[in-house]
Amino acid sequence: MKKQNAKPKVQKEKFSWNLMWKQRYLLLMSVPFVIWLIVFKYIPLWGWTMAFQEVKPNSFALPIWERKFVGFDNFIQAFTDRLFPQTMINTIGISILGIAIGTISSIFFALVLNEICFTRFKKITQTVSYLPHFVSWVIIASIAKMLLNDGGAVDTMLNTKLHLMSTNSALFWVVVCLINVWKEMGWDAIIYLSAMAGIDQGLYEAAKVDGANRFQRIWNITLPSIKPTVIVLLIMSVGGALNVGMERQMLLSNGIVQDHAMVLSWFAYVRGIGSNNYGLGTAIGMFQSVVGIILLFIANKIAGMLGESKLV
Amino acid sequence: MADNNYQIKGAGKSEKWFDYVLLIFCLLLIVMTVYPFLNVLAISLNDPMDTMRNINFIIPRKFTFSNYIYIFTENNLGSAFLMSIARTLVGTGIGVICTAMLAYVLSRKDFYFNKPFTILFIITMYVSGGMIPEYLLLTRTLHLSNNFVVYIIPGLIWVYNVILMRSFIEGLPIALQEAAKIDGANDFIIWAKVILPLCTPTIATVALFLAVGQWNAFMDTYLYARELPTLQYVLYEIMEKATIKIDPHAQANQIQNAVSPMSVRMAITIVATVPILIVYPFLQKYFVGGMTLGAVKD
Repeated sequence: MKKQNAKPKVQKEKFSWNLMWKQRYLLLMSVPFVIWLIVFKYIPLWGWTMAFQEVKPNSFALPIWERKFVGFDNFIQAFTDRLFPQTMINTIGISILGIAIGTISSIFFALVLNEICFTRFKKITQTVSYLPHFVSWVIIASIAKMLLNDGGAVDTMLNTKLHLMSTNSALFWVVVCLINVWKEMGWDAIIYLSAMAGIDQGLYEAAKVDGANRFQRIWNITLPSIKPTVIVLLIMSVGGALNVGMERQMLLSNGIVQDHAMVLSWFAYVRGIGSNNYGLGTAIGMFQSVVGIILLFIANKIAGMLGESKLV
Repeated sequence: MADNNYQIKGAGKSEKWFDYVLLIFCLLLIVMTVYPFLNVLAISLNDPMDTMRNINFIIPRKFTFSNYIYIFTENNLGSAFLMSIARTLVGTGIGVICTAMLAYVLSRKDFYFNKPFTILFIITMYVSGGMIPEYLLLTRTLHLSNNFVVYIIPGLIWVYNVILMRSFIEGLPIALQEAAKIDGANDFIIWAKVILPLCTPTIATVALFLAVGQWNAFMDTYLYARELPTLQYVLYEIMEKATIKIDPHAQANQIQNAVSPMSVRMAITIVATVPILIVYPFLQKYFVGGMTLGAVKD
């Protein structure tokens, strides 16, 4: 689409006040948003400096040069925190499990939708599958706790032996990830489905002439064709591996499973806002972001080395 | 989208059974998605005392509206409901206009600051200050705690939506803008009179995303504005009260405490779900298109 509409390259004019006056409406229509961006996105980024200072509620009001500079103390304190090891394990465990189950299930679902030949039925399935995506985590948690708690439908179906929401073990990771799959599978399948729609139909016909059956066509044509999409999405999700949302964890967990529900972002909240140690909380958040960016680059590099399509 | 190829795939007679396997799988999936909501609906319409016996049903056994009457009269849900509606309407309205305006400016390649502004916005998609600096900015520096503004301004623009809309505007014929310019229209008029009316599909998509985000938002109330509770926050509070009591090993007497809130909780869950249920199916063709557009062009 972009190529078709390519216009002759607009000549960039040199800076002049005359030009600014000519583009005054464009300036008026964008500068307020840039100011908004600086205030609400870049000032918090500047807030990263707090990670290297001791910032408590009473010292927050001080100008930056009067706060106590503590170097990497906040980071050391975070890494030696008694909650840190388990939090890190939970974050990574939930992430890996979530990426694996999530990717496989939504590709599978996209394949099913792509193969099914009852068109109207396919539309209904798709519409229904989007529903949970648009529902808030609070609602999902309310429903999940009803279904999974002892006596709920899922619990009853599984014969009440599992105590899904009340076993303090890594079982909670699985529960969280499966709930996430239930919520997002239909939505995530959209992108794979559109990749599948772009496959050249001639390939399928040729394969059919060659005697390939349906499974062989899926395996040899559909899956290899969507591989670039899968790789790009995987790279992005590896970049976000540490960003397991606090909202979902907090809402789905309860006192019993809390040890296995705690993730980095929630930990930052507990230490930063809960215990009013702003410097420590910022350090945890910064660690999460910086590691995320590093992971993104590593994943991108590995994809490039394996000869796959890269993100950047 | 992929419908045109189904004759090819379904043609093999020997593989017809496979279509039925797929059909059954889809049916199962529909049941798995819909059953929980039906269960919630049934509990919310069932007599609370009767619900205590067993919560697994999808047709109310003793039909009653008492739970709904209770939540809207006794439980102060009315104000939370209005708060949710207010933030959704205001947030979506302002958000769509701002997104469209910015998207138009960033689609103008002749704008002197096009490149730097675009880069400034894109960077924030990848790095953010994180929760604590944002919390401090909003509560300590700007003093926006428990102020309605905190629901609207910090999340005013999603860069993703801007890019979505920009791609759409870039796809419009440039001749339209040039014609308007020759007629003497300034850039603002071009945006308002020429671009906006043509953007209906993306406006619908962006409005849906913003409205759902506003309606579903929970963390901002939790962090900044607990005195301005929304529907989501009230539901959370009720859930917290109920779950603290549940001890898996001492069920019998505990369940009695937990179930009466159960009916109330389910009624609120339905009230919070229904608006979404009404809106999203009609916008389906827009957001599916929007999703793929954003993904391919980015």
